[in-house]
Amino acid sequence: MAAQVFAFILHKDGKADDSALELVAAAKKIFPDTPPIAIVTGAGAALDAVCQEMAAAYPQVWKFANEVLAYPNAEIIRPLLLKVLPRGGVLLLPQNTFGMDLGPGLSVKMDAAYVPDAVAIEGLDGATLKVVRQEFNGQVSTHLACDISKGAVISVRAGCFPAVEARSAGGLVVDKSADAGGLSARRRFVEVLQAEVGDVDITKEDVLVSVGRGIGDKENVPIADELAKAMGAVVSCSRPVVDAKWLEKSRQVGTSGKTVKPKVYLALGISGSFQHMGGLKGNPFIVAVNKNPKAPIFQVANVGVVADVLEFVPELTEKIKEAK
Amino acid sequence: MEIMVCVKRVPDSAENEIVVKGDGSDIKRDDLVYSVNEWDNYAVEEAIQIVDRVGGSVTVVTIGNEDSEEVVRREMAMGAHKGLMLVDPAFEGCDGRGMAAILKAAVQQGKYDLVLTGAQADDGAGQVGAMLAALLDWPYASLVNLIEVKDGVLSIGREIEGGNQEINEISMPCVLSIQTGINEPRYVGIRGIRKVASVEIPVLNAGALGLDAAGLGPAGARVKRLDYFVPPAGVGAEMLQGSTDEIAAQLIDLLKAKGGLK
Repeated sequence: MAAQVFAFILHKDGKADDSALELVAAAKKIFPDTPPIAIVTGAGAALDAVCQEMAAAYPQVWKFANEVLAYPNAEIIRPLLLKVLPRGGVLLLPQNTFGMDLGPGLSVKMDAAYVPDAVAIEGLDGATLKVVRQEFNGQVSTHLACDISKGAVISVRAGCFPAVEARSAGGLVVDKSADAGGLSARRRFVEVLQAEVGDVDITKEDVLVSVGRGIGDKENVPIADELAKAMGAVVSCSRPVVDAKWLEKSRQVGTSGKTVKPKVYLALGISGSFQHMGGLKGNPFIVAVNKNPKAPIFQVANVGVVADVLEFVPELTEKIKEAK
Repeated sequence: MEIMVCVKRVPDSAENEIVVKGDGSDIKRDDLVYSVNEWDNYAVEEAIQIVDRVGGSVTVVTIGNEDSEEVVRREMAMGAHKGLMLVDPAFEGCDGRGMAAILKAAVQQGKYDLVLTGAQADDGAGQVGAMLAALLDWPYASLVNLIEVKDGVLSIGREIEGGNQEINEISMPCVLSIQTGINEPRYVGIRGIRKVASVEIPVLNAGALGLDAAGLGPAGARVKRLDYFVPPAGVGAEMLQGSTDEIAAQLIDLLKAKGGLK
């Protein structure tokens, strides 16, 4: 089957997102012999810079320049892609807040299959693509059989497909801006509000005591405060703790929170979703305490303790105080 | 404003250890604690708050079986005015698009200004609301964490990377998928549930929705789940063993060595 495969390139400030080279690798898993075409939308000099950057990794780059594309609004980009993608085409997207906004609806409009958040692609047999996803917050995986005879939109999880190194040979940038005229949407982008700055900057701390849903209640947060105080650390948290308003948003580690680079990370009652781990960089020493021995955090931690946070942490705090 | 909120009854993955059946055909469901999908609960709360401000009504809809009724009733106890259950054996084995087609039929039987879904459910796909919008040809926004009703349009915030918020204006009717943290869902007590215990909840099957059962279920699914499995574990963490005292002592040594104690 010789369907065309495309990769949607996200970019910011004239630089392509990390996903751009990972999508090349994912595309190879579907059609090893058909190199993907990069699709880059935007406006001005920043767009041209990204197109040149992508021409080093993709043999062909489709450029769509128009002022209405200056900010990536999925509601505008969807009708554009619908117009320019060939029938039966396969489009790869990064699984992020843009991909989630664009992909599922695009697949419906293309009458194509949709595979969200692929973590592995096992290959194509006829028109059936076998893909691996995760469910239940990463606790189990599934194989999907996906009929791509009418095309597909596949979103790819960050970090699951090792980025293909850019080649030196330059690819061809094809200016398709003529197709980007007359676009409109019933959703208008207004502005981006930057995240609030909190009382402490967790991105600059070497030792973080991070609490998750397992802390159970706001009343229990002082248990983590005490431990952090004894260790000389700062308290951070995972998303459910912020949703429950137990701690400020500025303390949240993860793709929808802060990206931190501590030396030591103590994860208390944190399951270890990929969104949380996505905010933890710099290869820290990770200690996980969780009552669920199957929690995904134990796959990525260096040291694990199966215990109830509320029972174990106060004892640990006492021991640390004694040891001083 | 007439608002429909789509909800799903799911195993609560925060409370459950999910175990795959020996043959990989499913997860072991017998002892699982089920509840309303967490994201959907925020969506229902948001709908109730909007109607409290501008008037209208909230209808909670679910695709499921008779077990799903408890979830619909729970959300009605929160303050949703109406419930609706879409139940048919033909609905089993649908992919995301099939689910969206069923919901589209339900939306078109009413006159809604706004449809809310959770941003994602137990399978983490985050697709049904977006597909519903595409089938209805309504505008869509995902990961919404702020809704303000303005004159004829909604001003909405989307949660984007880094905890930043993307502000948009969107015309109605539209579909929004709701992110957790948008509000603080109210507590539902036994008394609240008792109050709505006798409210009748209409149940519609494929025929009543005007859907052709032959195109639904596995036959119409472009994407099929083949199995559940647990990937071979990597090296993973070194699990500390012993009494709490012993574990704490080992941990303190490790933290000292790694610079975790100041």
